[in-house]
Amino acid sequence: MIKFLKITFLFFFLISSALAGSDGKLELSKKNDSTKDCFETLNRATFKLNQGLDKAILKPVAKGYRSLPAPVKKGTSNVLNNLSTLITIPNNLLQGDIKLAGINTGRLIVNTTIGILGIFDPASEMGFPKYIKEDYGQTLGTWGVGPGCYLVLPVLGPSTIRDTGGMFINVLGGDPYYNISVNGNNEYLDGELFAVTKILSGVEFRANNVESLDNLEKNSVDFYASVRSLYTQDRENKIKNIQRGSIEVIYKEDSDWEEIDTR
Amino acid sequence: MKKKLILTLFFITFLTNSNLAYSISPDVFIQSTVNRASQVLSENISREEKINKLKLIAKETVDIRGVGFYSLGSARKNLSNEQINIYSDLFEQYFLKSFSSRLAEYTNPEIEVKDKEVLNENYTIVKSILVSTSERPEIKIDWRVYTKNKNNPLIRDLIIEGLSLARTQKEEFSSILNSNDGNINSLFKKLEEFSNN
Repeated sequence: MIKFLKITFLFFFLISSALAGSDGKLELSKKNDSTKDCFETLNRATFKLNQGLDKAILKPVAKGYRSLPAPVKKGTSNVLNNLSTLITIPNNLLQGDIKLAGINTGRLIVNTTIGILGIFDPASEMGFPKYIKEDYGQTLGTWGVGPGCYLVLPVLGPSTIRDTGGMFINVLGGDPYYNISVNGNNEYLDGELFAVTKILSGVEFRANNVESLDNLEKNSVDFYASVRSLYTQDRENKIKNIQRGSIEVIYKEDSDWEEIDTR
Repeated sequence: MKKKLILTLFFITFLTNSNLAYSISPDVFIQSTVNRASQVLSENISREEKINKLKLIAKETVDIRGVGFYSLGSARKNLSNEQINIYSDLFEQYFLKSFSSRLAEYTNPEIEVKDKEVLNENYTIVKSILVSTSERPEIKIDWRVYTKNKNNPLIRDLIIEGLSLARTQKEEFSSILNSNDGNINSLFKKLEEFSNN
């Protein structure tokens, strides 16, 4: 019954994503690659709530995390990265990148065994290519699913309907770590441990971005809109697998620059 | 007649060469600009002094008026000349404050220009990296350089790890205009408030 509910939810999300802001025509295609802020009032309220939670809890915890010894932080980051390969590998396959799926499987085996459950990263030292995370939102994007409306999720932060749908796929069986720890019947892993690793991922991300987010907030005339823009740009780059950005992806209409003649 | 021809040829050659001598390659321009900024940031002076020096560098090297028009998006087409002048002044104050205080957070940044990509006659993308330190990884920074005047190239955008500052600013301004029924005065007010705070 729960699984049925989850699938219904996911279906609802993706259909909403396709129809949001449209004039009734189905726009679940590559043409619809712009992010609309259909729920701006609600999103801004959630953003404010998240800012409050961030100031009261997440930022102080992240600052505390930063004061931990470097090897502890490095080990934690390695373990979280290693766990994320469990989601990256199926996404590499779904995106048709069989070679990369093989490389990441090798990385997972090496780091889980020789690297002692991922605490160390011997794979990188052995010359494996730089690890790049993939998720189901990105895969849906590469399949041509537009982002749909922009969403700010309570606690989790910026997202889109497509990316939120991608997160649901994790709990519908797409994340082997979730399946083993929450649904699996074993004495070593459980739902609490799964929750701890997810919280740690959030703390680690926040700890790595304390100054940049402070700086962005201080120098923005509309912080909410800045975060939305940066999230959207980042996802566009990730979906196109562009590490450095490309003019076509960044500006969409480069002609806008050409019109501006100040000489 | 022959003397006249030789003299004319000499002048043409001289003028062509002098023109070449003054034209600056976009990658050299970026490296020299970041070196100047880096020098200011590593100086043992107060934050305020650093900000003032960085503002001077930005005024010389960034096409602030162009960035301002881009940030305004299609709204710029509906403005009167008077509104354009008000906006340009407000944007310059906003930009200099925002840009210099963002940069002032860095101490002694080391930026290396690696490559350049000529988009067309008017634009070149210069690719550089902010060298990694023990506290942060290497950061890729690309510069969109406006090269219409070859002798005086100007920066129009900074793309940090694929994220464009100009696009972020454009979407920020558009959000302010959308939430105020496109009223340009609401944007003027926000820019003024930011600069005065």
